[in-house]
Amino acid sequence: MKILKGNVHKYAKDNIDTDVIIPGPYLKIHDFKELAKHALEGLDPQFPSKVNQGDFILAGKNFGCGSSREHAPIALHEVGITAILSPSFARIFYRNAVDGGYLLPIEIDEKIISEIDDSDTLEINLETNTIFNITKNKTYLIKPFPELISKIVECGGLINFNPE
Amino acid sequence: MLSFCSDFELGMTITEKILAYSSHKSQVSPGDVIFSKIDKVMLHDVSGPGVIKILHEWEKKGKKIEKIWDPDRVWISEDHFVPSSDRISAENIRILTEWAQRYGIKKHFKYGLGQYGICHTLSHEEGLILPGEVYVGGDSHTNTTGALGAFAAGLGHTDIAYVLTHGKIWFKVPEALMFKITGKKPDYIMAKDIILRIIGDIGTDGANYKTMQFSGNAISDLSIEERLTLTNMTTEAGAKNGIIDPDEKTEQYLRERTKNAFKPLYTDSDATFSETFTYEIESMEPTIAKPFSPENITVARELQNVEIDKAYIGSCTGAKLEDLRMAAKILKGHKVKVRTEILPAAQSIYMKAIREGLVEIFMESGAVIGPPTCGACCGAHMGVLSKDEICISTTNRNFPGRMGHVESKTYLASPIVVAASAISGKITDPRDQVISS
Ligand code: SF4
Repeated sequence: MKILKGNVHKYAKDNIDTDVIIPGPYLKIHDFKELAKHALEGLDPQFPSKVNQGDFILAGKNFGCGSSREHAPIALHEVGITAILSPSFARIFYRNAVDGGYLLPIEIDEKIISEIDDSDTLEINLETNTIFNITKNKTYLIKPFPELISKIVECGGLINFNPE
Repeated sequence: MLSFCSDFELGMTITEKILAYSSHKSQVSPGDVIFSKIDKVMLHDVSGPGVIKILHEWEKKGKKIEKIWDPDRVWISEDHFVPSSDRISAENIRILTEWAQRYGIKKHFKYGLGQYGICHTLSHEEGLILPGEVYVGGDSHTNTTGALGAFAAGLGHTDIAYVLTHGKIWFKVPEALMFKITGKKPDYIMAKDIILRIIGDIGTDGANYKTMQFSGNAISDLSIEERLTLTNMTTEAGAKNGIIDPDEKTEQYLRERTKNAFKPLYTDSDATFSETFTYEIESMEPTIAKPFSPENITVARELQNVEIDKAYIGSCTGAKLEDLRMAAKILKGHKVKVRTEILPAAQSIYMKAIREGLVEIFMESGAVIGPPTCGACCGAHMGVLSKDEICISTTNRNFPGRMGHVESKTYLASPIVVAASAISGKITDPRDQVISS
């Protein structure tokens, strides 16, 4: 399984909800590129201009709470984010991220948040379930995906997944 | 009564039983990952076009989608952006309508064509979802309908697309939390106060991935519409589903709305709950969630000096017939002091409100009555808040920007608290309402 490498955008707040990830008025938009322009607009309107393809978001617990809008992981994926690191995720956001094959919801220990700074460069390895912080030369453990989730991730989402 | 599922082993909650039955298992336990057969699926004018877009993407990648699994189990509501707020919304309705016609979906509740309304209101008002069923919807408040004894959960576009093509989806069997509410309900307390209090206690992630089940004599005493307010806001505590064992009230409510037969399931007396919370309803107070989170609660009396710009009575949470009746009781014979917008949650409820004289009471108070829509609840159109405006609302969320400008503020409360506040122009506990006229 591949290793993801990218820079961190740190928002150490808990409960970053889908209304700030992609505000309500944009829900009628189904053009992915257009949605990307408004990713995380409710929290940081400059966010889309800061992201490079392959970057990560580091956030507090219960990331993605609120509505079931798939616009949220779509906007983050489309702007270039490949993984969110958080101690916990809201359930629908988690499902949408995995089942749509948009990005990886990576569960980490809450204590790690303070050890990673904004703009640090990380390598996420899903085989060893570790994060290597290149900037700080430190390694952290991540919580492995449950078996079914791993399979869906490997299939790139539900589109190619067959339970039988 | 349980004869059809006598092969179940004992000791399951209603949620576990429904999930076991739908996945052809005799027993499931929290943590099991199962594939459930779906009974009903709902799309609305936001999730519908989103799901259609996913299906198109799949087709582009070579997946053939000639028909959907069962058009009779799919229903559609137009609620978020009706009346069409702009050209994109109008376009979405067109896309949805053409798709529904192409795949033979008959239950499409169209704005301006008879019955229509907010999806989580139609689900019960039209008797679309029945006890014992597995119901998924492209909206996070799909949990609402669990009050009828169904497993009801919200899903995203890809999951709904998968359901439409396969008729099933995966679930991780949730742990269950039990909320036991006992005692005799005081007049000034509504289900909204109960659920805000619970969310305040357990937090917005307090039931993450879990079931929130309600029982106790105070729950049996509640009407079905009030029970629906409880399950509606289980979403705000992160719950996978909210549920209440069906009883005679459920049965009667549904008999008035559908001829379809149903087979209810019930919680076993030896079922396991990971935690049980007990509340005495007599000790509850009119409760408010302050900006910017439904868990940020306090009692109404603590906020009596907070001046408001708008009172909003609307949404799937707070504009059912009973919500309107309670608001009308308070507003009758009074004038509102701030902008007050009242939007019944469905056309049928609007009609009943007219017949019962509620609309006249509202209009005489100075409030404006609007057509059913999600518009202002999700800050999209039809009455959004400007910068710094303060609103007291019967809706379910008050995140930054939820009802308009990111610097507007929303206080969540029951319909009677909102109505009392509309009259005084300040947040008001209905017990302290000064009768001036
Ligand atoms: S009324 Fe509000 S909470 Fe209910 S479905 Fe509409 S937007 Fe969602």
